[in-house]
Amino acid sequence: MTYFIDRRANAKHKSAVNRQRFLDRYRTHIKRSVEEAVNRRSITDMERGEKISIPSRDISEPVFQHGSGGRRSIIAPGNREFQEGDRLRRPGGGGGGDGSGEGGASNQGEGMDEFAFSLTREEFLEFVFDGLELPHLERKPLVDVEEVRPVRAGVSRDGVPARINIVRSMREAHARRIAMRAPIRRALREAQEALATEERKDPVLRNPARIQELKDEIERLEKRLEAVPFIDTYDLRYNHLVNQPQPSSKAVMFCVMDVSGSMTQSHKDIAKRFFLLLYLFLERSYERVELVFVRHHTAAREVDEEEFFYSRETGGTIVSSALTLVDEIIDKRYPPTQWNLYVAQASDGDNWDDDSINCRELLTESLMSRLQYFTYVEITPHAHQALWEEYERVEAAFPDRFAMRQIVEPGDIYPVFRELFKRRADA
Amino acid sequence: MNSLSRRRSTPIASGSDWTFDILTEFEVEIARLADEYRLDSYPNQIEIITTEQMMDAYASVGMPVGYHHWSFGKQFLATEQAYRRGQMGLAYELVINSDPCIAYLMEENTLMMQVLVMAHACYGHNSFFKGNYLFRAWTDASSIVDYLVFARKYLGECEERYGVQAVEQLLDACHALQNYGVDRYKRPSPVSAEEEARRQKEREDYLQAQVNTLWRTIPGRLPGDSPEPQASEEDPLGLHEGGRYPPEPQENLLYFIEKNAPLLAPWQREVVRIVRKLAQYFYPQRQTQVMNEGWATFWHYTLMNRLFDDGAVDEGLMLEFLQSHTAVVSQPPFDSPWFNGINPYALGFAIFTDLRRICESPDDEDREWFPDIAGSDWRETLNFAMRNFKDESFIQQFLSPKVIRDLKLFQIIDDDHEETLEVAAIHDERGYRRIREALSAQYALSLREPNIQVYEADIRGDRSLTLRHVQDQRRPLARSVYPVMRHLHQLWGFPIKLESIEGEEVARRYHWPLPESDETGNHQGG
Repeated sequence: MTYFIDRRANAKHKSAVNRQRFLDRYRTHIKRSVEEAVNRRSITDMERGEKISIPSRDISEPVFQHGSGGRRSIIAPGNREFQEGDRLRRPGGGGGGDGSGEGGASNQGEGMDEFAFSLTREEFLEFVFDGLELPHLERKPLVDVEEVRPVRAGVSRDGVPARINIVRSMREAHARRIAMRAPIRRALREAQEALATEERKDPVLRNPARIQELKDEIERLEKRLEAVPFIDTYDLRYNHLVNQPQPSSKAVMFCVMDVSGSMTQSHKDIAKRFFLLLYLFLERSYERVELVFVRHHTAAREVDEEEFFYSRETGGTIVSSALTLVDEIIDKRYPPTQWNLYVAQASDGDNWDDDSINCRELLTESLMSRLQYFTYVEITPHAHQALWEEYERVEAAFPDRFAMRQIVEPGDIYPVFRELFKRRADA
Repeated sequence: MNSLSRRRSTPIASGSDWTFDILTEFEVEIARLADEYRLDSYPNQIEIITTEQMMDAYASVGMPVGYHHWSFGKQFLATEQAYRRGQMGLAYELVINSDPCIAYLMEENTLMMQVLVMAHACYGHNSFFKGNYLFRAWTDASSIVDYLVFARKYLGECEERYGVQAVEQLLDACHALQNYGVDRYKRPSPVSAEEEARRQKEREDYLQAQVNTLWRTIPGRLPGDSPEPQASEEDPLGLHEGGRYPPEPQENLLYFIEKNAPLLAPWQREVVRIVRKLAQYFYPQRQTQVMNEGWATFWHYTLMNRLFDDGAVDEGLMLEFLQSHTAVVSQPPFDSPWFNGINPYALGFAIFTDLRRICESPDDEDREWFPDIAGSDWRETLNFAMRNFKDESFIQQFLSPKVIRDLKLFQIIDDDHEETLEVAAIHDERGYRRIREALSAQYALSLREPNIQVYEADIRGDRSLTLRHVQDQRRPLARSVYPVMRHLHQLWGFPIKLESIEGEEVARRYHWPLPESDETGNHQGG
């Protein structure tokens, strides 16, 4: 009456719904922990889960229980030296002895101050970017499309072996075999019946020639039946793919940073974190995200990531040089019809006075119309300079595509990031 | 003799890898032995699952089909965390009181473990579920899975109709009271899915009608009230006459809520009922932990030894078994860092093993303490013990002086009127009976949980609900009383009062919602 069932192949994550409910219920707690984690973590470290602790009193499931006090009796094992009537001091002051064998109460985290558990990487990022949205996330229209994707389009008789549709091919073969064998089978059956009739006759009446003739006929038909091929090239069917134009879901993110002498390594770290958050965020929204690093002092240069963040330069600052370079790169490699363009700029606010006006003109006249979004963070505890003021005018002109904030210390990054990308009510 | 003649020349298998064929062979062998020992069990349904699935099963408190609730998610996270950190091995067995009896085997287990679990769960627990009077009276093993499916479906529908949040809040409140969702003394009708589904609709209408009668806007007399209003000094017109409602205190809080809460919608009453029914299903398990585990452990030990004697397992597997068995029944002393209360496996195993000894080779002490069973047929006696007791009465009846000595049990009295703790009894002639008494009480559910009953629902006045807590040995309620009352308030919809009674007097009153001026009910306690 016993039977074994192998359930290993069944769905796991039966508790996934319950897990999600738990996370939803303690959203505010978890979010607080996540925010702390983001501020604390190093930049390369964003792509993993996080351990979360929630005070266990906040998530306890209350039931009626005895409190301490009164008179209670406790039976415990392992007596060594006690005699009846011995008096003992209370362990740990007022509370009264624990360990009364009230099984089952303990693994609820009773007595522990924190209920700790881990978020997966996906859940972690989900919380990091919860309530944020990319401004002007749009699928680029199909003008002058270069991006295509192969799409299934039924079956065809021609194709490469790798795309054979086995089920359809076998079905064709089966049908063909039935069709080709049917007349042979019919003839065979007739011949067999004739043979049987002939053999049932009285031996005197049999016609040996006729029998032989029928036997030959049967043999010939059976050979023909066997000769019908199991599968024929004629049967083969191939999955047919056609190329279909795709709306673009590519984005390119330009990281623009001032590396003049006034930018210290800690400025750069702050900037790097900001860029990283933006990158992670873009990655969640687009299938492909490319990064372009543009650094500048008096002249701008496109560099790789390592150089971007770590090599040192000195000298003055001309911001417009970087913007011009971005403009050129866009022209050369990233036509706005196919790419979603984002620019994130970080600087300490220094610029040659005359240049700030150039920056504004460059932005308003050329760049902004092609960009999805431009973010500018100024990493400085000091008062703003000309660049900020000019950018404020740009922001006024493009209120929904241009955003700027000031960051003073690393702890500001995440709040500023959230503010820049928070979901707009009217969006 | 008998066993020697059947001794096999080679073991069924050795090593630690298992296959379905080997498991089947072992299962047949264990079944044969179990039959020889006259173990009566449900058919077995043995399921092989992965670690992850085991954690899932854990999280849903062993219900094969659970409804959705965040608390199960919390349980899952806690289990997962503990397991990942290696603080906890997953229990290697999980068995469900159903017919057929569902037992889970983890695929990571070694062969020895699979055999052990089959003996422990599929024949030990299984026969306990089928034989013990509490399970027979309180649960219907054949329909529990169907009922769980019904519950899950019903709650799913509620979530769709009334929103996840509404259902969640309701479940929170019900869960807080689920230990008080059981008729302790009245035999309930077993849970049955078909009937539930069939009757559910008519019950909705009927229940509502009943509640409506009780809470008519114009208070009238209920059937069964005293016929004539009695005038008195404070109430000359006799408006408040007619006796308390309910006339008798009610111990089943959830039942009272389901039938009487004025504002609950019919679907909410049904949810209360579901939680109540499931609490009832788990009620026997909470009362037979020591017996159930002890029984299963006793049988896996006995069966494994027989397998070894019969040559079905080799020395290597047996050694592995003994190591694991020893860990299961170890009882760290009270001052050990590993001490975590009395280990129900150890206590239960010790009592059952000693019972067998008393039957097979009794000494004078046993004849004095257990005149009826000393020297009797051990299988009959153990079977009798398994069938007719719960932890409380089982310990009272069968805890022998030898077990008390072996475990070196002693009793501590912790009285908040005294400066110090008192060692009231130890494992000596004077102490045996007292320890037995006290340990039995320690497992009495009625003493382990505060005794709280519905005392009065003010159906003619402010509709408040009054509960009474009868203190046991002056033990007060823990602070969790407030959140629980808050949950109760959500269900009842009107003020909740709780009176804590010591002796004849009300020692402390709790109110929810909290009175405006009087914060957290600072009435003087005893």
